[in-house]
Amino acid sequence: MTESKEPILRVENICKILGGKKILDSVSFSLQRGELKVLIGPSGAGKSTLLQCINFLIPPDKGQVWLEGTEIRSRRKRDLYAFRQQVGMIFQDFNLFDHLNALENVAIALRKVKKMNRQAARDRAVAELDRVGLGDKLGLFPAELSGGQKQRVSIARALAMDPKIMLLDEPTSALDPELIGEVLSVIRDLARGGMTMILATHQIGFTRTLADEVLFMENGIIIERGLPAELLSPNAGTRSRDFCSRLDELYAEDE
Amino acid sequence: MLNTFSVILEALPYLLKGAVVTSGIVIGAMGIGLVLGVHMAVGQVYGNRAFRWLVNLYVWFFRGVPVLVLLFLFYFGLFTLAGLNLSAFAASILVLGMTTAAYQSQIFRGAILSLPRGQLQAARALGMSDTKAIISIILPQALRFSIPGWSNEYSIILKDSALAFVLGTSEIMARSHFVASRTYQELPLYITAGCLYFILTWLGVRALLKLEAKVRIPGYSH
Ligand SMILES: Nc1ncnc2c1ncn2[C@@H]1O[C@H](COP(=O)(O)OP(=O)(O)O)[C@@H](O)[C@H]1O
Ligand SMILES: [Mg+2]
Repeated sequence: MTESKEPILRVENICKILGGKKILDSVSFSLQRGELKVLIGPSGAGKSTLLQCINFLIPPDKGQVWLEGTEIRSRRKRDLYAFRQQVGMIFQDFNLFDHLNALENVAIALRKVKKMNRQAARDRAVAELDRVGLGDKLGLFPAELSGGQKQRVSIARALAMDPKIMLLDEPTSALDPELIGEVLSVIRDLARGGMTMILATHQIGFTRTLADEVLFMENGIIIERGLPAELLSPNAGTRSRDFCSRLDELYAEDE
Repeated sequence: MLNTFSVILEALPYLLKGAVVTSGIVIGAMGIGLVLGVHMAVGQVYGNRAFRWLVNLYVWFFRGVPVLVLLFLFYFGLFTLAGLNLSAFAASILVLGMTTAAYQSQIFRGAILSLPRGQLQAARALGMSDTKAIISIILPQALRFSIPGWSNEYSIILKDSALAFVLGTSEIMARSHFVASRTYQELPLYITAGCLYFILTWLGVRALLKLEAKVRIPGYSH
């Protein structure tokens, strides 16, 4: 490495076998501060498994994760919980806490994990919900919100913890087409604000304009990586390009 | 006829005291069942093999043995063996409490399993320990969904509490029996006893329905 800057996150040789099948096969990559890496690949490639191995929601069979140069010892509960606080995660199906309104969804971890008092947690939650454009929906419960609003609450919930990086697992895949834009625009603002992110998505247009690097994954292996212009340009002749043009066709047929 | 009425009227304060004792047994037993049952359910869903096995054994034992046998077994046998010198009232609460704990644990377990798995994942991803996530995220929802089953269990334990009579607890049934055997007015007294049980059932079930409505999650249809 010629670069003197150390990556904020380094993931090395992650392996995972589930149900006798190799789901992740020695996956490695690193993230620079402020970078947006996009993970693409067909369904079943192992994108979700990889993202969940990074914060040990799924314990990897092998491999290491470093945050700012420190290896995470995931067996130590304290270290694990402290690490997870610094890694925001966004799920495809939101996973909001159904019994809490938008405000409480964001505030609960501030109170229970960060030990903030009720008022401070509330103020912070209001600020984060404002930031994702939901300042007027504080009292609504998940069942009263649209998919796009739910995903924005979940982004606010993650941001309130002041994460150093964010893992986003197909944040728009469960949304009706007309709601995708509002969520992508929040993610775009985050990227422009310098948030370090790794995003699994099928949104190729978004990837082309915003990704710093694209990782193309298939059968648990990152088979191609590079700048979006290199991998996704019409004549690139890459697997990634092939995959994306098929996605484009799919969307064209949709319309 | 007049005699019947006056017997009931005269006995009523005495029987109502029995209703207070019955309520004490039921509230105590349901409370014990709630505390034990929640722990057993959490252990059964999230615990290790040994704990799950232990809970299973417990549940099968209390489901498999009649309450009457349990009352005798504990009051005249196991409690004495354990060096406990309990009143019939306390023993009734404990035995019914342990029994309903077995059933309640299965109500809570079902409710926990019915929750979408992702919420626990989300809580963990925020840095919560499993204990915190269970207390702040899982149980508040699981307990809400358990209220209908719990209400059903309440009405069963209320009626099972009449069995405490055999230990000599002076609850509704014991007192009705006592007065009936003195006055030979069996029919009216046992009708009164039945009415008291019915009223207690009705009050409890209604209160739990109110509670259910009060804690309902807005917009949520389960
Ligand atoms: N618990 C599991 N047991 C067995 N196979 C699993 C399990 N979880 C995921 N898989 C398999 O792992 C593969 C990768 O899944 P996933 O990471 O969800 O892919 P992606 O997010 O790229 O669609 C799929 O083939 C899936 O069937
Ligand atoms: Mg996935």
